[in-house]
Amino acid sequence: MRSKRSTSERCSADRRSTCAPALRLPLAILSALLLALGLAACGNDDDEGGGGGGSQAASGEQIQKISGAGSKPTITVGSKNFTEQYILGNIYADALSAAGFKVKKSLDLGSEVVAYKALRQGEVDAYPEYTGTALTAFFKVPVQKVPKEKQATFDQVKAETAKEQITALPPTPFENTYRLAMSKELWNKLGKPKTMSDLKGKTEDLKVSGFPECKKRIDCLLGVEQTYGLKFGGFVASEEKYDVIENNSADVIFGFTTDGELTTGKYVTVDDDKTLFPPYNVSLLMRNQTFEEIGPEGQKVIEQVQKPLTEKVMGELNSRVDLDKQEPEKVAKDYLRSEGFIK
Amino acid sequence: MNSWLQLGQLEIRERQGGTCEANNGFCPDWIADNLHRYVDPFLQHIFLTVVSVAIGFVIAFALALIAHRKRWLLPPLSASAQILYAIPSVALFLLLLPITGRGTVTGLVALVSYTLIFIFVNVTAGLEAVPKESVDAARGMGLTERQLLWRVEVPLALPEIFAGLRIATTTTVGLAALAFFAGAGGLGEEINADKGFQSNIAVAGALAIGLALVLDLLILIVQWLMTPWRRAAAA
Amino acid sequence: MSLVLANVLNDFGGAIEFLFKQQPSQLDPNTEVGGISEMLDLTLKHLALSASAVAIGTAVAIPLGLYLGHHRKGEFAAINASNVGRAIPTLVLLTVFIAYIGVGFVPIMLSLALLALPPVLTNTWVAVTQVERDSVDAARGMGMTDTEIIRQVELPLSLPTIFAGIRVAAVNVVATATIAPLGSVDSLGTPIISGNVYGADGRLGAAIAVSVLTLAVSGALAALQRAVTPEGLKLGAGEPQRRRLPNLRRREAATP
Repeated sequence: MRSKRSTSERCSADRRSTCAPALRLPLAILSALLLALGLAACGNDDDEGGGGGGSQAASGEQIQKISGAGSKPTITVGSKNFTEQYILGNIYADALSAAGFKVKKSLDLGSEVVAYKALRQGEVDAYPEYTGTALTAFFKVPVQKVPKEKQATFDQVKAETAKEQITALPPTPFENTYRLAMSKELWNKLGKPKTMSDLKGKTEDLKVSGFPECKKRIDCLLGVEQTYGLKFGGFVASEEKYDVIENNSADVIFGFTTDGELTTGKYVTVDDDKTLFPPYNVSLLMRNQTFEEIGPEGQKVIEQVQKPLTEKVMGELNSRVDLDKQEPEKVAKDYLRSEGFIK
Repeated sequence: MNSWLQLGQLEIRERQGGTCEANNGFCPDWIADNLHRYVDPFLQHIFLTVVSVAIGFVIAFALALIAHRKRWLLPPLSASAQILYAIPSVALFLLLLPITGRGTVTGLVALVSYTLIFIFVNVTAGLEAVPKESVDAARGMGLTERQLLWRVEVPLALPEIFAGLRIATTTTVGLAALAFFAGAGGLGEEINADKGFQSNIAVAGALAIGLALVLDLLILIVQWLMTPWRRAAAA
Repeated sequence: MSLVLANVLNDFGGAIEFLFKQQPSQLDPNTEVGGISEMLDLTLKHLALSASAVAIGTAVAIPLGLYLGHHRKGEFAAINASNVGRAIPTLVLLTVFIAYIGVGFVPIMLSLALLALPPVLTNTWVAVTQVERDSVDAARGMGMTDTEIIRQVELPLSLPTIFAGIRVAAVNVVATATIAPLGSVDSLGTPIISGNVYGADGRLGAAIAVSVLTLAVSGALAALQRAVTPEGLKLGAGEPQRRRLPNLRRREAATP
């Protein structure tokens, strides 16, 4: 049945037929994958791993359905575009959902500028924002003028957002602020510095890495250079953080207090003793209209569900996504279940 | 191994950071646990590919038939195809955003545009390459223009047309991987979410490549079914 | 309707402005982004990356294609290189290199070189195998060695087709270099990938810029091809069927 003509003649340009590439092996792999996919799609269970410690769950904390919640308009919960934001967005959305509201998730909006614009224009009804970021990015408060204290910063955010018909809900216990991080070996070599001031004079040969815009930001490298007088041997712009330490592209990086990698003990951070960095607690920003709709009971749910979020807990949740590569949705649900907020 | 300590209700795991996942490696266990995450993107990817090729085929086929009869249309249409081909797909997705918004529709519009090029060019070439003798013979037998087209020219052009369809389909699978720039989802969205994680790339990449090969094979089968005279010749 | 049009024009106006005028970054008013000099800088980086990749890909593909074609070997690989290449999404190609090899100029450039290889290889192979046997036999009769035959007979006759393959490869590489920033390599796609810093205007502006660049490269290479095609081969009408390769003029390799 096969043609006696050579493949070249069958396949070459001016003949009419075409040739099929070698298909058997890729087809076998694809069939196996598809079979596995099908089984996975059907047998989707998300009860792995997170529920083991629930034996002590205080069932009294379970979120109760708020009467009338189901008849309120759908609440769209958004988030910015990194791990912690995905987790928080899911936590708030699932909590409101458990309270009986109709909730839609619109996570991964983009940077704070995009997210806040979406909030103001009503594309989303709420999203979690960092207090320090809100003041510097939206209300143009110079970094040096931001209050150094958690409550004062939040109060200022609340006052400013109120002018735009947005309510800032009470802040989380944890703050996610910048920290200079390095490997444990380097930390030992530098004499186990405790604070950024301790680093003075020791960083000339070290390369520092951060997000591309960090170099010129007063709440990033520029501020560190000015406030602490630290001079680095070079700046490496990278979207990755701890990977650059691993592959020796940089020695010190700008990390965040709740980074998952910090839970591994391989890295050490130094304290911001001169409080260069503003407080960065999370406050759920919500349009006034939606805030009225969820009412005081809804506000209580939000406060209740974020109470256990200490730095250690948030770091653990981030680790589950960034290190264990779990889904943010699953991590959020496991958190809510372990704390007894949902069944 | 990781150990656990209770802090409040949530288990805080003690990590050494040496796990397969933490090192962004190829982790069969993780793949088995997380395969369900690829179902929706995979289905969306199939949707984007099949729908845009179908729409593109209809439009391009019609355009090619028109241009075959009205020759003056060929240069402008070919020139437009050339220009569109040179626009990188990422750029086209972004350029459409202000016009058609963010979402599946924008993705489809861009993908249809690229499909049009391949199919139009191949259908046109196929019709061009029909031997003059066959056309003359058919005219001599008294066939009308329409009969000539559908009973002689198109069937003889089928291999070329199918070639274009296969090229368009495999290419569209690849372009659909970038459709997430338009907010249209697909396997590219999963890839982009963790581009340094070998397991992620392996699964999403295998699905995308596998899809291209399977669709290619399906079209080949249809071609084989629709051109029985070539089967006879090959036997 | 007119409101939609006004919005669209506004968006594009902002994008064009981004290309020509420096403006404060969305993310931090102290940082300036955009403007002609940054765009030119990124363009040069884009072209440097693309040129290196095409050069390396071509340097491998042409000798390989010449050798295999001359000896009539490896036809399955040579012909199907393009089929296989087309079935691999460019995003997958790049991210495989990123995940399994690493980020940086070298891995990304190599992945792009791999992208450039199939069109050039296939075209070279097909062109060489389609050189009339008579010419080759005559050359052999004159006592030329294989290498001399390749260099002095087959290569010159194959040049137009090979160049067509290089053109396809180059346009693909320039287009794909748009997503090079995924691997931490700067190109005109940087404002697109680092959307947070450059903003929506930056993204749209870069999309326009990269389209113009790819069109320019495509047009320039087309003009170059016309310039180097010997007159005899240009007059294709009376030529035997074998020397025209209509299929290869078709878009056999993918735009990313």
